[in-house]
Amino acid sequence: MRTKKGKLIYNLITFGLVTAAFLICNSMLQSGSMSRTLKGQLVPICAWIVMAISLNLVIGISGELSLGHAGFMSVGAFTGIVVSGWLLNGFQVENDALRLVIAMVAGGVAAGVAGVIIGIPVLRLRGDYLAIVTLAFGEIIRNVMNCVYVSVEGSSLRLGFINPNLPGTLLLNGPNGAVKVQRISTFLAGFLLVIFTLVVVLNLINSRSGRAIMAIRDNRIAAESMGINVTKYKMMAFVLSAVLAGMAGALYGLNMNTLVPAKFKFDQSINVLVFVVLGGIGNILGSVISATLLTVLPEVLRAFSQFRMLVYAIVLIVVMLATNNPLLRSWFNQLTAKVKGRITGRDGQTTKGGGAA
Amino acid sequence: MMFLSNLLGGISLGSIYAIIALGYTMVYGIAKMLNFAHGDVIMVGAYIAFCALQYWNIPPLLAVPLAMLVCTALGVTIEGLAYRPLRQATSLAVLITAIGMSYLLQNLALLIWGANPKNFPSALITLPALSLFGGELKVPGTTIVTILANIVIMIVLTTFTAKTKLGKAMRCVSEDRGAAELMGINVNRTISATFAIGSALAAIAGVLLCSAYPTLMPTTGSMPGIKAFTAAVFGGIGSIPGAMVGGILLGIIEILGKAYISTELGDAIVFAVLILVLLVRPTGLLGKPVHEKV
Repeated sequence: MRTKKGKLIYNLITFGLVTAAFLICNSMLQSGSMSRTLKGQLVPICAWIVMAISLNLVIGISGELSLGHAGFMSVGAFTGIVVSGWLLNGFQVENDALRLVIAMVAGGVAAGVAGVIIGIPVLRLRGDYLAIVTLAFGEIIRNVMNCVYVSVEGSSLRLGFINPNLPGTLLLNGPNGAVKVQRISTFLAGFLLVIFTLVVVLNLINSRSGRAIMAIRDNRIAAESMGINVTKYKMMAFVLSAVLAGMAGALYGLNMNTLVPAKFKFDQSINVLVFVVLGGIGNILGSVISATLLTVLPEVLRAFSQFRMLVYAIVLIVVMLATNNPLLRSWFNQLTAKVKGRITGRDGQTTKGGGAA
Repeated sequence: MMFLSNLLGGISLGSIYAIIALGYTMVYGIAKMLNFAHGDVIMVGAYIAFCALQYWNIPPLLAVPLAMLVCTALGVTIEGLAYRPLRQATSLAVLITAIGMSYLLQNLALLIWGANPKNFPSALITLPALSLFGGELKVPGTTIVTILANIVIMIVLTTFTAKTKLGKAMRCVSEDRGAAELMGINVNRTISATFAIGSALAAIAGVLLCSAYPTLMPTTGSMPGIKAFTAAVFGGIGSIPGAMVGGILLGIIEILGKAYISTELGDAIVFAVLILVLLVRPTGLLGKPVHEKV
């Protein structure tokens, strides 16, 4: 349990690091010293950071394993693309920033609605069963998205299901997804979304509701007997997480020329889960850092070309073994204690080991 | 007749799911972990059988045991290297390691065999199609072999867990690992044996799967893996008859759903049924209800 001061410092560090990273990247962009691949990764990194934070809210804070997070991202992305296309074609809204904001809000709302629909049955289950049902919902969303056709004609939106012939400009084309999307997402918008997410989630954690959610995570029965409404608070965390994922989806989708529903497969949910677990479950700053590093890592590993995903897999396994094996961990702890002891001039064995999770 | 043929197709696909689901469910029952790499062991098994037939000119009857042998070794190695060191870790850490293993196997397969889909030879199952009702209903040889294999595996496995010493040890470990250890059961060896059996079954499933659907790619195992995992949960994870029932029902639902409701929404229907079942019976069809102690 952190003290109040500790929490404040933690939050300040989190915001400070994110802002500093943004400023550095921005100045690199301005001076043109950033490589092309990295430039293309900036907005996706922001989207994945938001995804990781929002999944961490479910896994770390609420204590439920969700394996279908990409589903919410997909709902948000395609809603965002449709809304943005509708505003442009139907209402001639030329302002990119305005369209992006409306699209992100719409994406968040749509994903939130999906979150409510999914949350009602899902949160009745526990543990691995809950995990498999979220996985199932993720797959259902992808499957249904494969059958949705949307077009805009004049200022009206036309919706079709499984191979209709829609009049007007086609925005969503079933399994072929969205094509010729106007790329209106910017790095600044991504940064602002990350900050917004951090404000919302960190405030929630330190609020009365957040404490209730964590109490349920630590001991559901004890929390229930203290009069905490379990369903309400679990729902709150789950739906909020879905909304944030939807906004990240809209940001991500509007950064792509084309986007197919198959992009949001089960693998993507797993990727986000990997960000959360490697960053530290329940640790928001950890999620931010690991999402950034692990999005950049495969790009950096491009030098290894065909070996890169292999290296990624090995890194994943080795890190998990190194951080979770009691033998290796105690060895690490001893090592850090010795180093600490060297620095402070005290005997390494008397310093407190542990906490190197 | 159309319905009967669809139904048989469903049972056949379901039998493959059931054999894969057995691997998931046994490992879950004993090690309490979701072995996400299981689907990729299937793929490896299919590739080994493919190479044996295509490149090494091994007779078809020996190709399957060879694939089983390689997969067994692979399963035991994975368990020993990646999962055993994490016995005391949180289940999420083990899950991520299993996912890492799954990526590793897929990418190794990609390096060794390339990304191009391979056409699985049909030489393995040469049983001619069975004509019923004066030729109105044709049952492919693969369907018959798959269903028969499933029945044999089911009988052998049930007898094995009920009668043999190792089988009893497995049930003990899955019930209470600590108590089993106190009774002198070698827990690590029992878990290894479970992985060995599960992986050998995965090889059989891989061969059957690719005989019925002959496109072989490094990602071939992942979707059937997820479906079989769903089947295991559907029937009640940890229960061997549950995996059987869950697998076959899932196969039937998938094929009938695709045939009569919508081809595009076939997978969605499968998962929707799973969700409905879990809402009514939260621990699956044959799963034991969990009692909560305060």
